[in-house]
Amino acid sequence: MAKIHVNTTINGAPTEFLCDANQTLLDVLRDNLGLTGSKEGCGSGDCGACSVTVNGRLVCSCLVLAPEAQGMKIETIEGMAQGDKLHPLQKKFVEMAALQCGICTPGFLIASKALLEKYPNPTEDEVRYWLAGNLCRCTGYDKIVTAVLDVAADMRGSAR
Amino acid sequence: MSHQEHRPNTEGKYKWIGTRPDRPDGADKVTGRARFGADFNLPGQLIGKVLRSPHAHAVIKSIDTSKALALSGVKAVITAKDFPDQPNLIVPTGEMQVNMRDITRNIMAREKALYEGHPVAAVAAVSEAVAKQALALIKVDYKVLPHVIDVAEAMKPGAPILHDHLLTEGASPPATKPSNIAKRIEFKKGDAKAGFAQAEVVIEKDYTTQAVHQGYIEPHATLASAAEDGQIQVWSTTQGHFQVRGFCARLLGVDTSQIRVTPTEIGGGFGGKTVVYLEPLAMRLSQKTGKPVKMTMAREDVFRASGPAPGGNVKVKIGAMKDGRIVAAECIVEMQAGAFPGSPVGPACMCSFACYDIENVYIEGFDVVSNRPKVAAYRAPGAPISAWAVESTMDILAQRLDMDPIDLRLKNAAKAGTKTAYGVTFNTIGMVETLQAVKDSEHYKSPVKPGWGRGVAAGFWFNIGADSSAASHVGEDGSVTVISGNPDIGGSRASLALMAAEELGVDYNKVRPIIADTASIGFNFVTGGSRVTFATGLAVVNSVRDMIRELKVRAAKIWKIDPEAVIWENGMAKPAGNQVGTFEPLSLADLAAQAGRTGGPINGHAQLNVTGAGPGFGVHCVDLKVDDDTGCVTVGRYTAAQDVGTAIHPSYVEGQLQGGAVQGVGWALNEEYIYNAQGKLENPGFLDYRMPVASDLPKIETILVEVPNPQHPYGVRGVGEVPIVPPIAAVGNAIARATGVRMVDLPMSPPRLSAALDAARPRRMAAE
Amino acid sequence: MSEVQYQSAKTVKEAVKMMQAAKGKGYILAGGTDLLVQMKSGARTPGVIVDVKKIPEMVTVTEKNGAFTIGAATPAAVLGENKKLRKAWPGVIEACNLIGSTQVQGRASAGGNLCNASPAADSVPALVAAGCIVNVAGPNGKRAVPVEKFCIGPGKTSLKTGEIVVSLTLPKRPKGSSDAYLRLIPRTEMDIAVVGVGVSLTMKGGTVTDARVGLGAVAPTVLLVENAAKALIGSKLDDAALDAAADACSAACRPIDDKRGTIKYRTKIAGVLLKRSALIARDRINGVEHRGHRPV
Repeated sequence: MAKIHVNTTINGAPTEFLCDANQTLLDVLRDNLGLTGSKEGCGSGDCGACSVTVNGRLVCSCLVLAPEAQGMKIETIEGMAQGDKLHPLQKKFVEMAALQCGICTPGFLIASKALLEKYPNPTEDEVRYWLAGNLCRCTGYDKIVTAVLDVAADMRGSAR
Repeated sequence: MSHQEHRPNTEGKYKWIGTRPDRPDGADKVTGRARFGADFNLPGQLIGKVLRSPHAHAVIKSIDTSKALALSGVKAVITAKDFPDQPNLIVPTGEMQVNMRDITRNIMAREKALYEGHPVAAVAAVSEAVAKQALALIKVDYKVLPHVIDVAEAMKPGAPILHDHLLTEGASPPATKPSNIAKRIEFKKGDAKAGFAQAEVVIEKDYTTQAVHQGYIEPHATLASAAEDGQIQVWSTTQGHFQVRGFCARLLGVDTSQIRVTPTEIGGGFGGKTVVYLEPLAMRLSQKTGKPVKMTMAREDVFRASGPAPGGNVKVKIGAMKDGRIVAAECIVEMQAGAFPGSPVGPACMCSFACYDIENVYIEGFDVVSNRPKVAAYRAPGAPISAWAVESTMDILAQRLDMDPIDLRLKNAAKAGTKTAYGVTFNTIGMVETLQAVKDSEHYKSPVKPGWGRGVAAGFWFNIGADSSAASHVGEDGSVTVISGNPDIGGSRASLALMAAEELGVDYNKVRPIIADTASIGFNFVTGGSRVTFATGLAVVNSVRDMIRELKVRAAKIWKIDPEAVIWENGMAKPAGNQVGTFEPLSLADLAAQAGRTGGPINGHAQLNVTGAGPGFGVHCVDLKVDDDTGCVTVGRYTAAQDVGTAIHPSYVEGQLQGGAVQGVGWALNEEYIYNAQGKLENPGFLDYRMPVASDLPKIETILVEVPNPQHPYGVRGVGEVPIVPPIAAVGNAIARATGVRMVDLPMSPPRLSAALDAARPRRMAAE
Repeated sequence: MSEVQYQSAKTVKEAVKMMQAAKGKGYILAGGTDLLVQMKSGARTPGVIVDVKKIPEMVTVTEKNGAFTIGAATPAAVLGENKKLRKAWPGVIEACNLIGSTQVQGRASAGGNLCNASPAADSVPALVAAGCIVNVAGPNGKRAVPVEKFCIGPGKTSLKTGEIVVSLTLPKRPKGSSDAYLRLIPRTEMDIAVVGVGVSLTMKGGTVTDARVGLGAVAPTVLLVENAAKALIGSKLDDAALDAAADACSAACRPIDDKRGTIKYRTKIAGVLLKRSALIARDRINGVEHRGHRPV
């Protein structure tokens, strides 16, 4: 079977790749494009470690077929920092020790960014439910939730 | 206030220790740059895949690999025949012990497949798709045998026997016939029988727990590259790359010096990555093919064939006087070992009553094999199981005596000088201080909401020291590199750098901590046993001290005075006093700049077998409510307190308490291995193996009680393991107090809790 | 190397053609949140994957004379963002918004949830309660199927080769109507329903004039529980009526013991959730806000 040629945009850069029909977007990001920041924890959409956005919508890249990326805009963890400047969420996660081993961190950051874009003023409960699809086994979630709430407050403050 | 620190012993004492700077690997880990196990690749690599037994127990009559080998793109197939058999030799791994004869059978089944998921063959092929096709072409002729999953069943006469050579060690009279009971152990103090005879109140209860998985989010992954001259390089996600090297050298029959293992960043382990699974297979496949071989586990492989932590049955009996003084205690633990001997029944027994000063104690434990994956360490291995039983029984006792559960524990708390049932006498410990901290907390003083229940439980863990090496180098500009050999699983780079900065008197940001591969630093025991900040921290401190000694020699040379007359203060060499002469202090940068003229590079080294680990005690308090109709539990407030020695980086210490507490809550409420009648695991995925998600939990408040360990220069105690010990009983005790129903079987999941509530409904209604 | 083909259809007609040509080896790719997992585990081995998300009518929501037609592949997150739909059918939307995580919501669709034909599908009991009509297109033209007749067993639908689900129609709401969906899961999120109950009510002067009840995860397919509806109709949702409806739900259960729950537990919970859902639906009719289980 011939490979499928896909034109897409990843982190703002036009990107093309060849893939099989049954390859996932996660496999292509990691194996074909070397973007290993998105992690595979389960391959079944149950852990959120492979979170990316596709046309602004938060998804698990392990549950997206690579050919579906045709014409889409994809954002991964590798595109979150701007130049040498970390995104406020990235900075806060480090400052507040919102990670221990760090394997779930890219997924949490992508999901948290999507949350704050949609709900700039979330309650703690809203943060917890939004992030329920991201498993973390190290932190007990406390510092992650606090960091996201802190960044939301900071971003609202600086927007004023 | 959600995080409190009780630090009378360290307040104002240190410049860096106790601060919360950014971790050195922070930027890497928030940008996706950090490379974990599956992120490593080499040009020309093959993909390795494992064929696993579909049966819980079966004789492997033959394996035909010819069709798989004939498939285009398949480069090698291996079976147990590709590994030399191993002697009956016990080697330590973390807090557990393993037998080489068993390890070689666990990585690749030899005579029999002993659990569903047990590897029976492995292939290396040009792609994952080809490798998968090849697995389907391997023909294994099995003779399926009756299997046994449950510990109590496995102990019964007539149970299917896993190992024909297994005679119960420690049995009296000595065992003559093989059984599934690998070992019987016993700990005694005083006279338990006499103690119970004198007791005014005796509480006795039986408990059960199910196997649970460590649940690290990163599956096992490894990349091995063997060269034609016999040298092998390995990249692996592991808690102990020196253990990987040591195990694989034995399993493959090569020198350790031929193997160089580089630890990747590690995506969680909790004890589960202290053993080898894929590494020896990838290495052997690479040897056979001359190509790099990459292997990763799928999530269901992780559940079926790695870890887990055991389940077990525990009987507890506690006898007390009416004033709450405990006069006798007994605990009997039967524990799953999985397919091979070696459950953490020892630590479970030893920890059972370690929180308390009890005169008469009897503890007995059984290590039992059954057709499950061989258990691996999981955070304070064994201790949560016995603590769940003992701390639940303590709560029943408190209720019976109408005593506050903290007061009951304070009355019996272990303190310096208490002799444990396993023979050790405690040095300075913080059990009393930790209980008091919870008692004084805003949480404990607050009223319990109507309809809710509040549970309290305590927990203990030894913590360990063991072997560590470290090196420190001064760069030519005076900045410092500190090299050690323990994978950083939760922020240890930061704690090591903080201690080095403190010792050296330089800015934290001038110290760069590096984790070296097995060829670039001396031996380090695993990241486990809560030992890295304690033991490897001590090695780092000593290596820095070694470097400071050299720095003083260099200053003395420049000043032309005796090295003994030089002191090191705030990052500078200074003359010890006016009598030795007047010299401007020399900074690290000054000395580094002149190093070429004073004797060359300035380095420090340390190699230690560290003893004196300070044991830790935790006390947890939880408020929860139970939906009376559904059995669903809502955790509303949670506080974890612990004597943490000195909190080097308090944020990461809090993180250990929070993470351990939440793993314990998961263990209490929903996590379990579910086997079907064929002995196959029914829930090998995150969907049905229900670990807590963010919305299941409230804030986890912490209280860091600093009772420094007198046997460490900065008072460090291990902190990582204690936090998983108290939560299960804390949750169970809260449920009992909320509903009047005492749960004795884990997990306390909605169906199980609902059934217990319904069964007790007539009694509960009568009581009202 | 892959034996699978990926095809993207631009019209319903084209999709039907592709499915027909695939001769039973074709699978529709909507959100893919079930299909990809099944492909990975080997449970499903498609010959052709037909992506329908480029077909406008399959990914949009339209309203006509008070009836809503939901494109079968519209992501649940998009449904949740549709305020009018949410106001008219809060129970259907909260059910759709319980399918998986936020990430899964970005992809999973009501049509996919239905066609996967799991007895535990979250959206289906609410759709059954809503009296949803499934709009099917196939080689022989279009047909409409009541949602409770659509699935015929676990993993099995009444679709014939070449047929696809194009959209779901929710009927016009009479005044004084609302709905609710509740499921029991051991965690707060990320679980498969142990039991799921959807209730749709119409009330006049405090009395139930019409009701439908959908019950999931207690039988090979999601059930329409007419006896429960009968018990509610004509009542003021007093305890006796709720008890009778709950008993009817429990009586309708034909569950199994499995890793997710026991027969006894499921049977009991079916009744518990019926009562709770009915009361939420009533509250909604009375203008009392219920946000549903998930706050975002």
